[in-house]
Amino acid sequence: MKFAVIVFPGSNCDVDAVKAVEDVLGEPVEMVWHHATDLSGYDCIVLPGGFSYGDYLRCGAIARFSPVMEEVKKAAADGRLVIGICNGFQILTESGLLPGALRRNNHLQFNCEISPLVVENADTPFTRDYKQGQVIRIPIAHGEGNYYVDDETLKKLQANNQIVFRYSGKNPNGSVDNIAGICNEAGNVLGMMPHPERAVHDWLGSSDGRALFTSILRNWREKHGA
Amino acid sequence: MILAKIHVTLKPSVLDPQGSAVTKSLHALGYDEVEDVRIGKFMEVKVNTNDRKTAEERITEMCEKLLVNTVIESYTFELTEV
Repeated sequence: MKFAVIVFPGSNCDVDAVKAVEDVLGEPVEMVWHHATDLSGYDCIVLPGGFSYGDYLRCGAIARFSPVMEEVKKAAADGRLVIGICNGFQILTESGLLPGALRRNNHLQFNCEISPLVVENADTPFTRDYKQGQVIRIPIAHGEGNYYVDDETLKKLQANNQIVFRYSGKNPNGSVDNIAGICNEAGNVLGMMPHPERAVHDWLGSSDGRALFTSILRNWREKHGA
Repeated sequence: MILAKIHVTLKPSVLDPQGSAVTKSLHALGYDEVEDVRIGKFMEVKVNTNDRKTAEERITEMCEKLLVNTVIESYTFELTEV
């Protein structure tokens, strides 16, 4: 299984994502510059965290027009896996691959801590190695992670089981319905504010992010009989 | 040449945490008459045309495509010849 980690000018969690794939799965993973125009050789595409284009104008607004995003859209439409973490999540909402928008944290502070999350949907390609309702500890680090959707869209998300992670206990940013991560209707595009790639070894403070990566691989193997 | 002055604000239904913080500060300074503060963005975009209709269409397109996130923000603009 081949992974691509897209590098935008300003990405700063790209290497973390590469290391997580290497350390947890040992599968091939490449850093791909955002000018790339062919992602057909990759099975899973990671849009990493960071500050693409310095977050000028709005988080993710400019990255959305990077040439590679056309390919990301194609991959998503083909049913290949796309995961956007933090700034990657912001890019996915700006590009319309996921509904909603990320606002400033309601308390206006940048929040950096390990946050407990509930796995609300353990039936996605990204979460099948978790248990439904399991509480996991994953770091967050964001100033604009306050997920917003209007009521109508929220109802759709709830009805389609698209809410994948919710904050458990304290909501660190004021997001609607305590949402920490959602997927698209087909389930192959995931966006989340917390950083699973920073939680893959106990010495990092938590290894609860590993199951996200093992889920992805197991899903791919079953699909491809590998 | 036409100059577009664009105001982008969060939609009324969307909580504006910056605005709320500033409201509280103004209250703390004794400006009790302040009901609400909303903080947005102001952009000046100069376009190389003298045709107002074209400018209006192009600016609207720019707003919808890049300058504004219409999920949470709304915008207004005015055009002046410069």
